[in-house]
Amino acid sequence: MDEINSLMQGFSVAMTLPNLGFMLVGLLLGILIGVLPGLGGANGVAILLPLTFSMNPTSAIIMLSCIYWGALFGGAITSILFNIPGEPWSVATTFDGYPLAQQGRAAEALTAAFTSSFVGALFAVLAITFLAPLLARFALKFGPAEFFAVQMLTFCSFIGMSKEPPMKTLAAMMLGFALAAVGMDSVTGQLRMTFGFPVLLKGFDFLIAVIGLFGIGEILLTMEEGLAFKGKSAKINFRIVWQTWKELIRHWRTFLRSVLIGCWMGITPGGATPASFMSYGMARRAAKDKDSFGKGNIEGVIAPEPAAHAAGTSALLPMLTLGIPGSPTAAVLLGGLLIWGLQPGPLLFVEQKDFVWGLIASMYLGNIVGLIVVLTTVPWWAAILRIPFAVIAPVIIFICAVGAYTVHSSIFDVIMMLVFGVFGYFFKKLRYPLAPLVLALVLGDMAESSFRQSMLLSQGEIGIFYSNWLVGGLMALSIFLLLVPMWAGLKSMLRRREAGAHLGR
Amino acid sequence: MGPGNEAAGLNRRIPEAGVALALLVGGLIVIVDSLRVGIEWADDGPRAGYFPFFIGVLLAFSAAWILLQAVLGWRKETKLFSQWSELRDVRAMLLPTTAFIVAIPFLGLYVPGALLIGFFMHRHGNFGWLTTALTAIAVPVTFFLIFERWFLVPLAKGPVEAWLGF
Repeated sequence: MDEINSLMQGFSVAMTLPNLGFMLVGLLLGILIGVLPGLGGANGVAILLPLTFSMNPTSAIIMLSCIYWGALFGGAITSILFNIPGEPWSVATTFDGYPLAQQGRAAEALTAAFTSSFVGALFAVLAITFLAPLLARFALKFGPAEFFAVQMLTFCSFIGMSKEPPMKTLAAMMLGFALAAVGMDSVTGQLRMTFGFPVLLKGFDFLIAVIGLFGIGEILLTMEEGLAFKGKSAKINFRIVWQTWKELIRHWRTFLRSVLIGCWMGITPGGATPASFMSYGMARRAAKDKDSFGKGNIEGVIAPEPAAHAAGTSALLPMLTLGIPGSPTAAVLLGGLLIWGLQPGPLLFVEQKDFVWGLIASMYLGNIVGLIVVLTTVPWWAAILRIPFAVIAPVIIFICAVGAYTVHSSIFDVIMMLVFGVFGYFFKKLRYPLAPLVLALVLGDMAESSFRQSMLLSQGEIGIFYSNWLVGGLMALSIFLLLVPMWAGLKSMLRRREAGAHLGR
Repeated sequence: MGPGNEAAGLNRRIPEAGVALALLVGGLIVIVDSLRVGIEWADDGPRAGYFPFFIGVLLAFSAAWILLQAVLGWRKETKLFSQWSELRDVRAMLLPTTAFIVAIPFLGLYVPGALLIGFFMHRHGNFGWLTTALTAIAVPVTFFLIFERWFLVPLAKGPVEAWLGF
């Protein structure tokens, strides 16, 4: 068992005192980010990324990934106590979590949410431990055409699985690619779309886009909704935890289903949010007492949480092995790898063993420590949310501006952040999805270079994309995923026409 | 959805068409610029516009599609983008933020940050002068300590910081 040995080695990397310290700092910051509106996993990590430029990459990724786990945990606190999802993936948790809190069972709901998140993450990390090395070994044989096919698959499945209108998904994605193309072309050295402005030479940094789209955009949206935080309070003691745990074991079926959905949605870039909704829906369909859902059924908390956490965690699997992130936050972490000088992809498992296995080991540790931290510090975080929005909003704007500035010490970036923020507001309101935009911005250069390399190999023959079973299969799957929404759209159009015909008669 | 509804807010079709139009223009810019740098093959492989050209075409196509749908459904659209009162709340955030960012090149990050927090707390929070002033100063000072002292990452500074000797 090579994996076990490597994992043990990883633990010895992650268990050093400084790394444990970074883990704790990351978790606390992450919960804070998850609790506050306008600061989510993706832009929280983006803002803190510049602070890690000088750190050792292993410590840096441990801290940043712990911010991610913390944000995943933190989202549940606001959902249950305040009926405000701190993160999009905890929307489904509010359905039953808040009613439970209203009935005075907040502690129970929180314990259930945290524990089930933890279980979800644990299974996803197990999947990463054993699947990632296999996938990486397999991917070592990939040529540029195969990589482009995998990237194609990622983007097509976005269009296919997105709940947003497919044309808007496509537009958002292409905008990401277009922004990624701005600046100097790395192959020919030619300038593209700079129009004589020297600030555009380096192109648009995805960190700025993430901070603007998710941070400023979210604050503007929150402002519009006019949030007043009126929450329930909760204290968790050991007796309640123990009782809830005993009850949770009875729901193992729900756990298993949610974890599987989560892992699948995380590896394919469906993301945590659809995974949580899907598990909630499936749990409701499978339950005997369907009517109790939405009124405070503990299963309504147990179903979405492990799925969201499993999806969030397993999103790192394609990021580490193929260099393709499964979620916006994973995309930001990927950007971090590039900045620290590590090339994500299959070679990472060969060349940077300490880094990869240190990270994987830290996922186990981080989630255990995270569970203990959230269970013991809930009243604290609830108190933070009682700070009025009139204080929180400008402070978050300030933090975003600081984060945008530190990326390149450029004031132009801060201005771009505001522009992205306004766009983010309109995009969110008009249902353009932001995740494909960010992913395209991160992967744009990589996708372009693998496409051009494949074209060079084949001398411009498009046939290279079905030259062997692997590439052909990936491409066929991509096209299939692309056509799914069109098929659904066609069906609903026919149905509408039929209904119209009936009305006409 | 009578005229009363219209008066209460901004109809969705206007921002819908506006954003689609902006994306369409963006797509056309990408196409034109790709044609400028060349989309065909040179001796050493595809030229710089080869890949972005496709991107531009797809962007323009999807934006045109959305725009077309918005225009075709122009009269039927009854959904609101936002209530006017909600848009006023957004403006209440957006204008001070813009002012804050415009001030950064002249004053650095810290002073405009303090002003932004102070303005907001005073205007929307019903806080006393002392609480407002203390919070507005404490936040940037904390950031100064974390960034400049602990992580040694310098942030933009202006005349006030220079006068204080940093």
